[in-house]
Amino acid sequence: MTANQVVFLVLAAIAGLAAVGVVAFGNNPVRAALLLVLNFFVLGFIYFTLGAQLLGISQIMVYAGAIMVLFLFVIMMLQLHQRSPIVEGREGRGVLAWLFGLALAVVVFASVIVPLMSVSGSPIGDEYGTPQSVGRVLFTTYVLPFEIASVLLLIGIVGSILLAKRRL
Amino acid sequence: MDVLGWLQRTSVDAPWLLAVIRVLLLVVPILTIVPGLIWWERRLLSWMQDRIGPNRTGTITIPDNFPLASLRGRKIRTFGLLQPIADGVKLFMKEDVTPSSIDRKIYFLAPAIALFPAFALGATLPQASTGFIPGTDILGPFHYLTPVANVDIGLLYVLAISSLGVYGVVLAGYASNNKYSLMGGLRASAQLISYELAMGVSLACVVLATASLRMSDMVVAQEQALWGFVPAVQNWFLFTPFGLVSAAIFLVCVVAETNRAPFDLPEAENELIAGYHTEYSSMKFAVFFMGEYAAMFVFSGVFAAVFLGGYNLMPFNWEYLAATFPAAAGFFKGMAAANYWLGPLGFVAKMAAGITFFIWLRATLPRLRYDQLMTLGWKVLLPLAVANFIVVGIWVICSNERVLGPVGGWVALLVAMGVLAILYMNLAATIKKGAKSMDKRTVKLSDPQAKRSIKLADPGPASEGGQA
Amino acid sequence: MTLPLPLATSMTSDVPLGWFLTLGLFMFVVGGVGVVVRRNPVVVFMCIELMLNAVNLTFLAFARYQIVPGASTEQAALNAMNGQMMVIFVMAVAAAEVAVGLGIIMAIFRLRNEADLDDMSALRG
Repeated sequence: MTANQVVFLVLAAIAGLAAVGVVAFGNNPVRAALLLVLNFFVLGFIYFTLGAQLLGISQIMVYAGAIMVLFLFVIMMLQLHQRSPIVEGREGRGVLAWLFGLALAVVVFASVIVPLMSVSGSPIGDEYGTPQSVGRVLFTTYVLPFEIASVLLLIGIVGSILLAKRRL
Repeated sequence: MDVLGWLQRTSVDAPWLLAVIRVLLLVVPILTIVPGLIWWERRLLSWMQDRIGPNRTGTITIPDNFPLASLRGRKIRTFGLLQPIADGVKLFMKEDVTPSSIDRKIYFLAPAIALFPAFALGATLPQASTGFIPGTDILGPFHYLTPVANVDIGLLYVLAISSLGVYGVVLAGYASNNKYSLMGGLRASAQLISYELAMGVSLACVVLATASLRMSDMVVAQEQALWGFVPAVQNWFLFTPFGLVSAAIFLVCVVAETNRAPFDLPEAENELIAGYHTEYSSMKFAVFFMGEYAAMFVFSGVFAAVFLGGYNLMPFNWEYLAATFPAAAGFFKGMAAANYWLGPLGFVAKMAAGITFFIWLRATLPRLRYDQLMTLGWKVLLPLAVANFIVVGIWVICSNERVLGPVGGWVALLVAMGVLAILYMNLAATIKKGAKSMDKRTVKLSDPQAKRSIKLADPGPASEGGQA
Repeated sequence: MTLPLPLATSMTSDVPLGWFLTLGLFMFVVGGVGVVVRRNPVVVFMCIELMLNAVNLTFLAFARYQIVPGASTEQAALNAMNGQMMVIFVMAVAAAEVAVGLGIIMAIFRLRNEADLDDMSALRG
């Protein structure tokens, strides 16, 4: 086992455990959010190991730094952590969910991941994830989707203000 | 040269060792300088407020039985420099009060989370020139010693890590299980999200001008000829019109990001007791304190690297001067060498100047109200930053040699700035007119809605007479 | 002039593609189960974010490891870019989605003041 593999396994273990924690700590939304931040943070590092520098740092900036702060803000503003935890009745649903999840995992693993398991190495140069190369493609080939995404963000801004304001 | 040889060999043989050294060279100075900063803040603040401040701790009076008669009764003055150490001892020895109904794990985790970004932030800052030793084509020792990671995404890294700074405050506020702390945490999260945007856009202007996100490239870009046509002076971004606007926005945002006065709403003593760290005592409080000072220090470094020419001592291109004025070439060459070898000192001096500015602000400006804070962030800084971004874009296109050249670029920039300013003033006047008419409508007492609201608030018949 | 970049080295050449996909699949399944099991709207929302990130990871893994047989170098470079572009757009959409979604959750709380998704059935008829 090489050093890179060890690094990946450690990062993956943290990310995986944090993901489980998000669901397991669901009765305490602040802890769930915190674990999700950890997951996103570590995911940023996994992106770095994939050579995608720009996206790794964007992951940390957008998800860990902005979106999750928004989540925490809403949790604390609605005082969700002080409400009595929702009693999880209907245990059958939980068991069923885990069963279906397991089934999905097994099916996808067997049909998609097993055939690709042995693939390693890549012909892609390391500079494929730098801001320069990403920016060049984003503002030439993908300029129309980029503009549409910015319009979508604008609509999101307007929509969230519309929803949040009591009266305009 | 032997050191240089060792560095060259190590960079090939054991890069991890150099990485460790680089980290230590970044973190250890910050750690050692923080007590000095606390002393500096207290002394400077008291000087500005016409007080004396801590000037006694550490002063030793030589006893009367000292062998040398001439020294008896004299004092060795340290100007209170040992005060921070005494404070540190006090904080260590204090009773560590832990409230009973807290979220225990997060409560203890929060100070550590607050400290982490403050130290991680500086990892991409070049504290000295990463290029060649002047007059030679040898990569100097600083090339191997700074920055910790000279990555392509240096500035984005700064933004990303600084955006993580909010978690310490928010989690401390939440975990304390105290309504004032929670208010502090809420304020901090809203404040930091609001000011991050303007900060990002203001830095994006500089990125557009340098065409690189790498911090060492940004400093190199500032070593070019001023405005593109004054080769003797360096093009520090503070000297350019767009850089000046960017720097001002960035400065305000940094003060807000570090929760310093006048943006210290999360810990406003007189409204929220001490906000998020009300329930923290002893060492845990000291960790918050240290994180705040380290963040200030490192953010000053970011400001210095992005707007103030980084590690350059003075904004002059010594090598150009040496070539232009052969009579004084020796002097200019010497200055170039000094500029290179004293780079780290220059950088620290700029950081210290930044800290002094922080303290000055704290002594000068009263704390903002919450609505003023939001108005400033969203309605002033962000539009200004975006307008500046547009102006920089115009400049970058126009100052290209094939379009208008450097001089024409600046003319285009000034025209664009003027047009935007006129547009903005028109818009502001329109909005103000609208706001005035709104005010009139709500203030009018004959307004039926206003009457109804008075009745609802105070239904007694006596109050009606009182109103009239 | 350039330092050996700590982040841009070819780190992944000996980590198999399957490991990344397995992590992505694991996160996706955990997120999906969380969406079904949890009844707090904010936590459900966080689980959706988890699923989105699992997909992002998968996109990036496929961008890095070219599995199209016989693709030319230009084609491979383009494919790698396509994967990254998807991630960028997913991030943008997620940001918009969070802004609107949290707004909706806050509006619901203002209206009903309750935290249980299963009880939000006003339009069931």
